[in-house]
Amino acid sequence: MSLDRRQFLAWGAGAAAALAPGLRLIELAQARSPEEAASALQRWGLLIDITKCTDCDVCVTACHEENGVSGHGRPETDAQWIRKVSLRDKRTGYAQTLPLMCQHCEHPPCVDVCPTGASFRRDDGIVLVDKHTCIGCRYCVMACPYAARSFVHEAVSGQKADVPRGKGTVESCTLCVHRVDRGETPACVEACNRDGGKAMAFGDLNDSSAEIHRRLKSEPSSQVRADLALNTGVRYQGL
Amino acid sequence: MMRFAAAVLAVVLGLAGFADAQDRRASRVALPAIKIEKGEACVAPTGEMRRDHMTLLLRQRDRTMREGLREPRFSLKNCVDCHASRETGSVLGQDGFCSSCHAYASVSMDCFECHTPLRQGATAGAPK
Amino acid sequence: MASVQYREIDGRSGGFYALLAALGALILAGLAAAWTMEHQGHVITGMSNRIVWGTPHVFAVFLIVAASGALNVASVASVFGRAFYKPLARLSGLLALTLLAGGLAVLVLDLGRPERLIVAMTHYNFKSIFAWNIFLYIGFFAVVALYLWTMFERRMNGYTKRAGVLAFLWRLVLTTGTGSIFGFLVAREAYDSALLAPLFIVMSFSFGLAIFVLVLMAACRWSGRALGDAVLRRLGNLLGVFVAAVLYFVFVYHLTNLYIARQHEVERFILLDGGVYTALFWIGQVLAGSIVPLALLFSPAFGGSPRAIAAAAVGVILGGLAQVYVLIIGGQAHPQLMFPDKEVASSFFDGVVAAYAPSLPEVALGVGGVALALALTVVALKVLPFLPRSLADADVESSAA
Repeated sequence: MSLDRRQFLAWGAGAAAALAPGLRLIELAQARSPEEAASALQRWGLLIDITKCTDCDVCVTACHEENGVSGHGRPETDAQWIRKVSLRDKRTGYAQTLPLMCQHCEHPPCVDVCPTGASFRRDDGIVLVDKHTCIGCRYCVMACPYAARSFVHEAVSGQKADVPRGKGTVESCTLCVHRVDRGETPACVEACNRDGGKAMAFGDLNDSSAEIHRRLKSEPSSQVRADLALNTGVRYQGL
Repeated sequence: MMRFAAAVLAVVLGLAGFADAQDRRASRVALPAIKIEKGEACVAPTGEMRRDHMTLLLRQRDRTMREGLREPRFSLKNCVDCHASRETGSVLGQDGFCSSCHAYASVSMDCFECHTPLRQGATAGAPK
Repeated sequence: MASVQYREIDGRSGGFYALLAALGALILAGLAAAWTMEHQGHVITGMSNRIVWGTPHVFAVFLIVAASGALNVASVASVFGRAFYKPLARLSGLLALTLLAGGLAVLVLDLGRPERLIVAMTHYNFKSIFAWNIFLYIGFFAVVALYLWTMFERRMNGYTKRAGVLAFLWRLVLTTGTGSIFGFLVAREAYDSALLAPLFIVMSFSFGLAIFVLVLMAACRWSGRALGDAVLRRLGNLLGVFVAAVLYFVFVYHLTNLYIARQHEVERFILLDGGVYTALFWIGQVLAGSIVPLALLFSPAFGGSPRAIAAAAVGVILGGLAQVYVLIIGGQAHPQLMFPDKEVASSFFDGVVAAYAPSLPEVALGVGGVALALALTVVALKVLPFLPRSLADADVESSAA
């Protein structure tokens, strides 16, 4: 059977096109080993379908349990990494609830304003506070459009080994970076899928085989305060 | 004036030398209690760790925070798990591994304002 | 032209030591407040996760803004060539330094980790206006010190104008930076405006000059030096112009906001039903801080008398504190607009006006900063010749001639 050059090149191109996504998948789908740095090839995100969100708040309990965020019975100064927000339309009376946490923006205002660079965005999209350099000026708390940040107002004890927290610094949802780096999902997502309304999905927004990527591509979704053009990593459905 | 100064200096040095010779220093100043309870070697030779552990910590914390590198060898959690006291399960406290040297050298450290000083997993006293 | 003679104050009277003792006590109270805040955490203050910048920041921002404006009198003399103000230039430079020192002390002592100041001075994120401000504030000390040196050292007098221009430009950048701390924030409806930078510039002119006038009057009265009406009248007129400028910018700011539907809620809050914030705005900022001083300064009924000018300066200062309070605390108290047209509620106090009351540690820290600025001024006046021997009409006119 003879094969002319054009035919061969066409088959070759077709084969390469078929294989290429597969090669990329292998690169990303495996959990990162501890010796590997976070990569900009990945962008971690959440997709929350609030039509499945009821009065339940297992995400809040799970997050605070996982991260050792214990209250002192002082709601005005106690840290909250995630909270359930209740909405009621002023004209129609339509009511909803949603969990609100750090939105892990692509252009985070908190990172822009931090004088020491303690508030930073990791290559894979997770926005964190480096407590080693945080001076506790609270400018990032002023700057966050989602009121996601908390200032630690009193001494902390009984910290979880994976989640250092201390007085005088600012903190917020870390997207459970210590779990994500091990290949697990954030505690809130796990709890919601286990005990809650199964409203939350976590994954790599850049990975075309990830469920979250496929859903975002085929279903409508929105960002809170989309007008600010921050390109958040947390997306909502049903808002 | 010079003779007076020389006399004072001689007296002071004499007393210091006398005290040293008597080895009374150890009883007045609490020397650090370095109890190594896990027999295997540390992640680096002792001399190197004594001299450079602060530089190592300073560099490593940025590698973990900013880049997400979490080699178990350099993890603070790992240091604490190994060095925590058998009785208290902590690296702080009176004979705590970190605090006894730091108290002796009078160098403050604020690592454990945020990081937990307690060994994880098994209860205090049980070998890991 | 008769040259101006400067002399230190005597500083040996009982009154002098009583003043220093009182200021010292206030400074100690401020330090004690900072100590307990650092040890026990900010939970002992009235600040919360909704109101993270409280009374200390009100005082700090007020002092820093006033510091920049206090240099105005010297700038008018050196940069704009008005020889009439030259005798006042040294005191003007001194106040700029001491007010800034007081303001920065409060700001630094309120940090969650004040022992990490060295981190702040060695790690910079140059996208942050806060980081730029650190450079600008430290540089301001150096630039004004240099400026003062050209005034004190006779051989350097020829360089005063150049140093003055540098100081003038530096402080315009510095105050723009301070206003932009708020102006750059998209998160709060009360901020997020390019107008805040120029507003802060005219605020600095106004507050700085008011403090300058009061310090000048007190220093001359208590050291027995003549202070003629000519100087006071000119300073009073200048103050009136600045107060009017501030009123203009505030008017434009609110007028523009009233045209933007999204801003209606925050405008309603500040202008109408914000409780203490509305009262502070209308009675503190507008009435006591602008309208009454303008009447005192320009109405023929008062004839520019020293008493009227002093009262106007006090009004400007009180109104200025009210203005900064409404801006900083009122701006945080109003809930952030995340979900337009929805009623919002949560465990983190979303959707409600945050409660806040100044606590003792915060007030002590803020007042301690003011006391520090004044104490430094008093000591400096005794150590170096900042004040002219006489500012009587005849002396001033002859030196300006």
